[in-house]
Amino acid sequence: MLWNALLLALRSIRRNVLRSFLTTLGIVIGVASVIIMVNLGAGATLQVKQQIESLGSNLLFLRPGQRFGHGSRTPAPPFKLADVEAITREISGVAEAAPLATQAMVAVYGNENWNTSVTGSDNRYFRVGNWEFAEGRDFSDSELRTGRSVCVIGETVRQKLFGAQSPIGSSIRLQKISCEVIGLLQSKGQSAGGSDQDETIVMPLRTFWRRIAGNQDVQRVSISARDGVSTTLVQRDIENLMREIRRMGPGKEDDFSVMDMQEIARTLTGTTQILTALLGAVAAVSLLVGGIGIMNIMLVSVTERTREIGIRLAIGAQERDVLTQFLVEAVVLSSFGGLFGILLALTTSWFIAGLLNIPFVVEATMVMFAFLFSMMIGVAFGYFPARKAARLDPIDALRHE
Amino acid sequence: MMATASQPHLIELQGVTKVYGQGAAEMKALRGIDLTIAPGEFVAVMGPSGSGKSTCMNIIGCLDTPTSGSYLFQGVDVGSLTRNQRALLRRNYLGFVFQGFNLLNRTSALENVELPLIYRGLPAEERHQQAREALCQVGLEGWEHHTPGELSGGQQQRVAIARAIVTRPAVLLADEPTGNLDTARGHEVMELLSGFNRELGITIVMVTHEAEIAAYAARNLRFVDGLLAKESSNGEKR
Repeated sequence: MLWNALLLALRSIRRNVLRSFLTTLGIVIGVASVIIMVNLGAGATLQVKQQIESLGSNLLFLRPGQRFGHGSRTPAPPFKLADVEAITREISGVAEAAPLATQAMVAVYGNENWNTSVTGSDNRYFRVGNWEFAEGRDFSDSELRTGRSVCVIGETVRQKLFGAQSPIGSSIRLQKISCEVIGLLQSKGQSAGGSDQDETIVMPLRTFWRRIAGNQDVQRVSISARDGVSTTLVQRDIENLMREIRRMGPGKEDDFSVMDMQEIARTLTGTTQILTALLGAVAAVSLLVGGIGIMNIMLVSVTERTREIGIRLAIGAQERDVLTQFLVEAVVLSSFGGLFGILLALTTSWFIAGLLNIPFVVEATMVMFAFLFSMMIGVAFGYFPARKAARLDPIDALRHE
Repeated sequence: MMATASQPHLIELQGVTKVYGQGAAEMKALRGIDLTIAPGEFVAVMGPSGSGKSTCMNIIGCLDTPTSGSYLFQGVDVGSLTRNQRALLRRNYLGFVFQGFNLLNRTSALENVELPLIYRGLPAEERHQQAREALCQVGLEGWEHHTPGELSGGQQQRVAIARAIVTRPAVLLADEPTGNLDTARGHEVMELLSGFNRELGITIVMVTHEAEIAAYAARNLRFVDGLLAKESSNGEKR
């Protein structure tokens, strides 16, 4: 029975290839857009996750003032080097803490100049941040102790100032000081937040204090937690320690904030996931429109094929034979649409992923879901025209011109 | 071949009326038809348009039901059957040939002939074989894969006849089967139909305008104003 209906449906589809193609086009586009959106969204989310992992998922940041997201940052005193040492010493969950001080600055080499920022820190900076050296070396003890004018630069700075040539041994000018490049960091690409992580110049903290900042402030502290230790726990310990060091009474609000990298990761992946869901929902509307298109053309087709239905009924087709045939036709059409949509989506999202430089991810469940949904659309939107066809009066239908 | 009282009735109409519309728009298409047809008969139905002959054919073909009176097909009261039961009756006992051929467009002759067999649920192989045989019987061997658009009117009507007889129906209902054909093609079609009547014993009820065509039938019915006017026999001519 169903097999026969399938046979009749396939014959009928084959008889009118162009109409069938146009009918399915809406579904093809609907299914394709849903899958493309979801695949690209999954790719973007994966990329964010990978970037955060490259930073180290056990990272915490300590900054003065309240955490972002609540309007303007209240002015708060910076940290001292002693605070960093205290964090390393007092909190057992901390693997390492790196003091950071940063200032925006123009770097000059020969005729090239580049607007960037300079960070003062020490070798802990490279370890906490998971940095690898492409060329050269990190700071020596004597360089750190005496505050020599040496620096390690990121890939972007190298490209802008040195072009193709190796920067090691050359000197760049930062404001009034001349600074020898001793190391080049391996490229990390864009950060999860969209900023260029290779846009960096690092010099010993002491050098930064004396030659650039003119004070002994630590603006931020990057902290890595030990493996297997909960970052939430470490975060709380740091908060308690800092309140103690800064002598803050119980009623006073923190004038600093500790951010957990995982928290940032969750926020960022959360954002991309919400965007993906939103785009997917918009695409799902087009799938619905595709379904209405199927219903529309099936209705037209019932009118156009009234005589054919009359012949079938006269020859001995029962109501349910005609109903099943038209329903199966709609489902076959929408499934074909779904299949073509999936093929189109896979090739397109592969192409776009390459273009946007994000990983190509196939959300298999979504592909399955889109296919099943397109079949369901065939049933839902095919039923009404099919019932209309099945209920035709054979005599009237035969007379229909 | 003449109907005799001893033979069981294949088709029996008793006081059949058919009324269309209601109130002032009421139109009596049939005003009391009594008719019996025995198995193996070849009956021609004649009459001016509007005389009720098409309505009567629709009732005999189980496409329509009488307003009053009864129609017994092989002793079964068709009026009491549901729409689906009547469809099954058509599927298993009746064959139709129409004036306008009524073949499926863009569908090969073979697939057209297969159609009633599909509804009967025959397996593919048997279906193909029987459909080929039927096409052979109407002299269309080698035309299996042509679509109606590629066939002449006479050929199309022969495909339609093949479709009607492929199921070996008890009754073949033909509504002006030669109406759209020229005289020569018309006679070819009539030769085929009377051949199936003689050789396969298929009962034929045929509506026609032309006396020449009606002459192929053993029995002629004439409708006038919703009533059966006169019955004549052509038995001796054949």
